[in-house]
Amino acid sequence: MSVLTLESILKGRRSQPHQLIEVLHDVQERYRYIPEEDMRIVSRELGVPLIEVYRVANFYKAFSLKPLGRNVITICTGTACHVRGSNLLSNQVLGQLGISPGDTTEDGQFTLEQVNCLGACALGPVVVLNGTYYKHMTPSKLRSLINSVNEKGIEDTDDAKSKTKGKKRQRSC
Amino acid sequence: MPKVKPRVKSVKDLAELRKRLRSSAKNFKSKLTICGGTGCHASRSQDVIDAVKKELKKRKLEKSVRVRVTGCHGFCEQGPLMILEPGNIFYCGLKPEDAGEIIAETILKGEVIERLLYTDPVTSNKVQTEAEIPFYRAQDRQLLAQNRHVDPCSIEDYIAIGGYSALAKTLAEFSPEKVIEEVKISGLRGRGGGGFPTARKWAECRSAPGEEKYVICNADEGDPGAYMDRSILEGNPHLVIEGMMIGAWAIGARQGYVYVRNEYPLAVKHARIAIQQAREYGLLGDDILGGGFSFDMEICRGGGAFVCGESTALMASLEGKVGEPRPKDVHTVTDGLWHKPTTLNNVETWANVSPIISNGAAWFAGKGTRGSKGTKIFALTGRVKNTGLVEVAMGTPLRTIVFDIGGGAINGRAVKAVQTGGPSGGCLPLDRLDLPVDFDALYDAGSMVGSGGIVVMDEKTCMVDVAKYFLAFLQDESCGKCVPCRLGIDRMLEIVTDITEGRGRPEQIDLLKELADTVASASLCGLGKTAPNPVLSTLRYFPEEYEAHINEKRCPAGVCRELIEYEIDAEKCNGCGACRRACPHDAIKGKKKEAHVINSRKCQKCGICLSGCKFDSIIVT
Repeated sequence: MSVLTLESILKGRRSQPHQLIEVLHDVQERYRYIPEEDMRIVSRELGVPLIEVYRVANFYKAFSLKPLGRNVITICTGTACHVRGSNLLSNQVLGQLGISPGDTTEDGQFTLEQVNCLGACALGPVVVLNGTYYKHMTPSKLRSLINSVNEKGIEDTDDAKSKTKGKKRQRSC
Repeated sequence: MPKVKPRVKSVKDLAELRKRLRSSAKNFKSKLTICGGTGCHASRSQDVIDAVKKELKKRKLEKSVRVRVTGCHGFCEQGPLMILEPGNIFYCGLKPEDAGEIIAETILKGEVIERLLYTDPVTSNKVQTEAEIPFYRAQDRQLLAQNRHVDPCSIEDYIAIGGYSALAKTLAEFSPEKVIEEVKISGLRGRGGGGFPTARKWAECRSAPGEEKYVICNADEGDPGAYMDRSILEGNPHLVIEGMMIGAWAIGARQGYVYVRNEYPLAVKHARIAIQQAREYGLLGDDILGGGFSFDMEICRGGGAFVCGESTALMASLEGKVGEPRPKDVHTVTDGLWHKPTTLNNVETWANVSPIISNGAAWFAGKGTRGSKGTKIFALTGRVKNTGLVEVAMGTPLRTIVFDIGGGAINGRAVKAVQTGGPSGGCLPLDRLDLPVDFDALYDAGSMVGSGGIVVMDEKTCMVDVAKYFLAFLQDESCGKCVPCRLGIDRMLEIVTDITEGRGRPEQIDLLKELADTVASASLCGLGKTAPNPVLSTLRYFPEEYEAHINEKRCPAGVCRELIEYEIDAEKCNGCGACRRACPHDAIKGKKKEAHVINSRKCQKCGICLSGCKFDSIIVT
């Protein structure tokens, strides 16, 4: 299965080492992390030594080598969000879910990520939950947001996931 | 719009297409422009757009009212924003429920809905148009103003407002040398932060030996607190593409790359669509506009590394490698991407190129100061009332930006400092705010224009904490290749952390300065060379804050956790329980309607209780 989908990612990119980062982005988008097996295939197909694939995957913040939770909370820690108190938000998550940035809850429900700037500085502090932006975040707003996902999650996690996915707004062109 | 796009084969074709597009635009009686930039997106502008479209469909008005979803208008704080034509009416803070009323009243009857207008905070008057709003009035929006006229996913919109005419003019009338000469006369300097003269870079790249050359657009905007590049690429991608094409013609490149942050998904999407559309019209590819010029471009996503804003690291990343910089003994204009001559400019620089060609170098040089020409976009953020994107002529005093446009600090507090230029820049105190924003003036004051972030700080911001914040950011982002940067920033952070946690010693200040000098002079790339700026500038302008931390073990702004205590003022507390419920550490106890108490042993000093209290009863001591 994974080879089949990798096939489409690699199409037209074989033996082109410079496509490594783009390929890794696509792998990450598909599996939400970069599995070791795929790294081996990418290494072989692009003609990049495995150690280099690993090094690149490890160097860039966009790539995760561990599976992500079902819900990803991204807290922006850019300067504008920082001066408006974004540090309170990671504290809130730590207090509520017991995870620090980069960690996933044991039940696989949440992953907490921190990013240095999301480019929505005027609305800081900003939190992104599964691709949806939330502006002017406060610890209490974040608490209810996590609770609302958690409630849905207890009913039926897959359902909750598809619901939040549906909420993700894409611009119509 | 026709499904199969007619190929534009000559300058004449382009002019005819423009004429056709303009006349078909007249079929619409009214126009509704809604901001779909990331800021308004976060304010749920998509729901407003959906509601408006649904309402128009219901009333069968789709054919006579055009809904145009555009990029950022700049006034993000007031989003979602909408401009209605005719009348140029500006509505803000919209909700999906407003859609019906807008169509019924404003579109059909031409009546203005007062409650949706912007209220001038000084006069409390409602204002009807953008031009009357103080935030916009003091600006000179050459690039940003274009955003409202184009749907970023429609090349037709861009062509209709005169897009690609600068390219046509270039190919028909200008030799590459003439283009470089024109850019030189305009005085355009790189908007990425360094302020390097653009024409000089292009001329060096043009004269570099080798047939194969590249142009790159740096859209990696990793600076926390800046987002103007995102707004241009998201809102008006063709402006950037056109600029790159003119640049490619000037230096003799046939291939271009846009290196864009992966954290900017909308910018990636819009740039991809724009390139595709330009190809379909034949504006990218072989023999563009019949002028014998061939050029194509690709989008490459970054990996989320701040150091990749540095030219050599960015090029390594484009090659699919780890983004580590290399020594620049030979400049990238001669030895760049794949060791070929390469011109790298940032989004805003490329965006300025076609207006310079269209309006003439003298027009551009007529704005700004002696050393810095044209306009510059700043991201005004932090503890300021009107946050958003601000475009002003170079040389505008910081005070105008912060107070006239930004409206001063929030909650009636006093502005203490302004941080410009991101992690490479510095903090300036209130008495330096009359400085003109100009590459050289800010540099002399120990800060810089940098990427254009302006973060406003008030008395609730601790300057030592700000220095620590930037050092922690840079320590995290340093690629680690060279020792001064890797270890120097680490040690500096260690000292500043000591100071903020009450272990600071007076002699550490000198050590900090010495380290800063070493890191600045011995680091390999721009990241390390400028890393000490936030520390040096806060030491220079706010020494008393460092002293209070070291000598009195006190944080005057009440920010540094180890030096403060949280208490509840029993007289002010009415026992509403908001803080008790908010505390994630279970450190607050108290009965309903009785004054609450914080258990100092359990308290993690996170300040969450403070953000929940409406009665100012939580005190930081």
